[in-house]
Amino acid sequence: MKKILALVLALCMVFALAACGQAAAPAAQEAAPAQEAAPAAEEAAPAEEAAAPAVKVGLIFLHDENSTYDANFLNAAKEVFEANGMVEGTDFIIKTQIPEDQTCEDTALDLVDQGCNVIFSDSYGHQSYMLAAAKECPDVDFISATGDMATAEKLANYHNAFADIYMGRFLVGVAAGLKLNEMIESGKITADQAKMGYVGAYTYAEVISGYTSFYLGAKSVCPSVTMDVTFTGSWYDETAEKAAAQSLIDGGCVLLSQHADSYGAPTACAEAGVPDVSYNLDTSDAGPDTYLASSRINWAPYFQYILDCKASGTAIDEDWCGTLEGGSVEVISISEANAAPGTIEKVAEVKAALLDGSIKVFDTATYTVGGETQTSYMANAIGGDFDPDTEAIVDGVFAESKFRSAPYFDVQIDGITLLDTAF
Amino acid sequence: MKNKEPLVHLVKRSDISSGKAWIIRGIAILASLVFCGLLTLAIAKVNPIKLYSAMFEGNFGSKRRIWVLLSNISALLGLSIAVTPAFKMRCWNLGAEGQCLAGALATTACMILLGGKVANPLLWAIMLVSAVLAGAIWGFIPAFFKARYGTNETLFTLMMNYVATQLVAYFIVIWETTKGSANIGVINQRTEAGWLPVIGGQRYLLNVLIIAALTIFMFIYLKYTKHGYEIDVVGESEKTARYIGINVRNVIMRTMLLSGAICGVCGWLLVGSTNHTLTTSLTSGYGFTAVMVSWLSRFDPLIMIFSSFLLIFMNKGASEVASSLSLNESYGDILTGIVLFFLIGCEFFINYRVIFRKKNAEVSEKKEA
Repeated sequence: MKKILALVLALCMVFALAACGQAAAPAAQEAAPAQEAAPAAEEAAPAEEAAAPAVKVGLIFLHDENSTYDANFLNAAKEVFEANGMVEGTDFIIKTQIPEDQTCEDTALDLVDQGCNVIFSDSYGHQSYMLAAAKECPDVDFISATGDMATAEKLANYHNAFADIYMGRFLVGVAAGLKLNEMIESGKITADQAKMGYVGAYTYAEVISGYTSFYLGAKSVCPSVTMDVTFTGSWYDETAEKAAAQSLIDGGCVLLSQHADSYGAPTACAEAGVPDVSYNLDTSDAGPDTYLASSRINWAPYFQYILDCKASGTAIDEDWCGTLEGGSVEVISISEANAAPGTIEKVAEVKAALLDGSIKVFDTATYTVGGETQTSYMANAIGGDFDPDTEAIVDGVFAESKFRSAPYFDVQIDGITLLDTAF
Repeated sequence: MKNKEPLVHLVKRSDISSGKAWIIRGIAILASLVFCGLLTLAIAKVNPIKLYSAMFEGNFGSKRRIWVLLSNISALLGLSIAVTPAFKMRCWNLGAEGQCLAGALATTACMILLGGKVANPLLWAIMLVSAVLAGAIWGFIPAFFKARYGTNETLFTLMMNYVATQLVAYFIVIWETTKGSANIGVINQRTEAGWLPVIGGQRYLLNVLIIAALTIFMFIYLKYTKHGYEIDVVGESEKTARYIGINVRNVIMRTMLLSGAICGVCGWLLVGSTNHTLTTSLTSGYGFTAVMVSWLSRFDPLIMIFSSFLLIFMNKGASEVASSLSLNESYGDILTGIVLFFLIGCEFFINYRVIFRKKNAEVSEKKEA
């Protein structure tokens, strides 16, 4: 046994030696100037700073471009900054794979050391560390996207940002409802069987607001629709999301959507031939015959807004909320091949109605809670905690993302069944 | 074919001087860095000099970075120190993750439940005691079953990690700050209750000092105490140990208790001093990396300082490479993997002499001579 092991190791080393045998000579020459290069770079730095534009952005991401969630932020940031003539590495610095602990604060402060005057983080769990960094560096703006602490903290250089994504969910919900109608008309299912499935991450207000607005969108065109929701307990877990999607399909769901960041659910739908509404990304590559539509928050308007604020010297909004009108909320695409005929026109019509206010997503006339119309609800809309602090029903509408950009609609409405609430 | 000698043959060597062994290791590290540079040049078309300087910058570029480097080294070194006594006894404690998380969970519980109710110095002590107890218990359970019933400690400790991770996940949901967010944020952010003291204005100095003290303690404990001797003997041969009157069961349980307790201290520092939060990924996988550090260092606590520095240096350097040269963060893992491959591979050359076949004439001459 030992001999075999020795032999295998010997083989490995022979390959390794062969590989570095050629390598050794030129690299030895290169190693020496490396030390000289370091001080030279330091000397050059002050000169660059003088010529640099007034804004230098540091970006902190939880994962990297392999997560649909982070990719959505990354692409928007790069697009906007590059369009403004900013160069990656000098005018904006990207840090990926930053966990939600002290590493976040250390990274944020390190970015400040590198001359960044705006620090942006993309994950909810980063916010307390961003806040700590903000307290340490009052001259630098810290933005915690999807966070909910700014409205309570009232710190001049600490900001949150989100968008009216429930409107985007509502629009793709309409596309889903039309697909269900098509299935009912063609006799594939009866009206009672129009049950959708939804793969959620946690029973977090953002997720609840998301699936409820999606459901209400479908219900606005297909009144008999019901929905099952299940939770995976993770924002990104391809295996769990795929398994959850499969169990929903097995449970009789004829159309799926998701609020989780992987390709799990779209892949399960493609394999089972079940229509799928995606999030953050056009997943038609995973399900060319099943992909219906997808919505997302487009962060480009916000990144442009930051640059404009810095250029004009105005303060960045404490709690910025992107709108459908401003392009922050969008339907990425609708598959003409897979969606019911007339879907694109209908979605455009509903979008216009949302814009002019003739349709409200959380209109209390369109849903019931425990069989009754909702007339009053105290939501936790200030800060991030458990305190119900704000009356959210205003003029017969649940005013989502009005008192705080991060969603706070966390009501369980009739027609939606939660299969599990462990998370 | 007449009695032909193979092209290469290996001879086990036991006589290599430690100085020579370290030279071989040094060469391996240099060779691996050269190889990393060339690979980067070939794949990413990045000048190797830039690569090396970015790695250096990422670790030593500013005062803050040096402190972060020291803090990370402390975290890894602490867990390496913790697993070492068990390893030296040939008891494979792969449960540093779980034992550390158990300590972290106990610390968090104290901070959340007692924060603001008792004076800070008292709270620190309570946190430390409960963390040590939690870690020790987590290490003791597998040790007890090993000593009593001869269960396999490798699997047992490994599985205890998953139990600890799930427990932490469970309590995070209980203590989460916003419903469904699965996030407890910074504990006592306003009051700073239970936050371990900042010494001399340096947030991470406390960690460095405590881990340094533990390292020295472990060095002395293993080398100069009766316990250390017993660990050595049990590691060499349980039968010999029994013969000379060592209670093997007790030594196993005692050593695993110590191992777990030090992991608990690491958990206490991670929550109380470094992060002030609890997540399932709190240990950054250091509990497993520690296994490698301990092995690479031949179970010598002082050499572990260097080994953990090397691994953290690679890790931080790679992170800087990723952002300043716009390479993916995972590229850093590849570089670290290459260095480890060379480093572990070079042990082969330390243990074996490679002899190539010489020309026939020479061989026969030598034979005659």
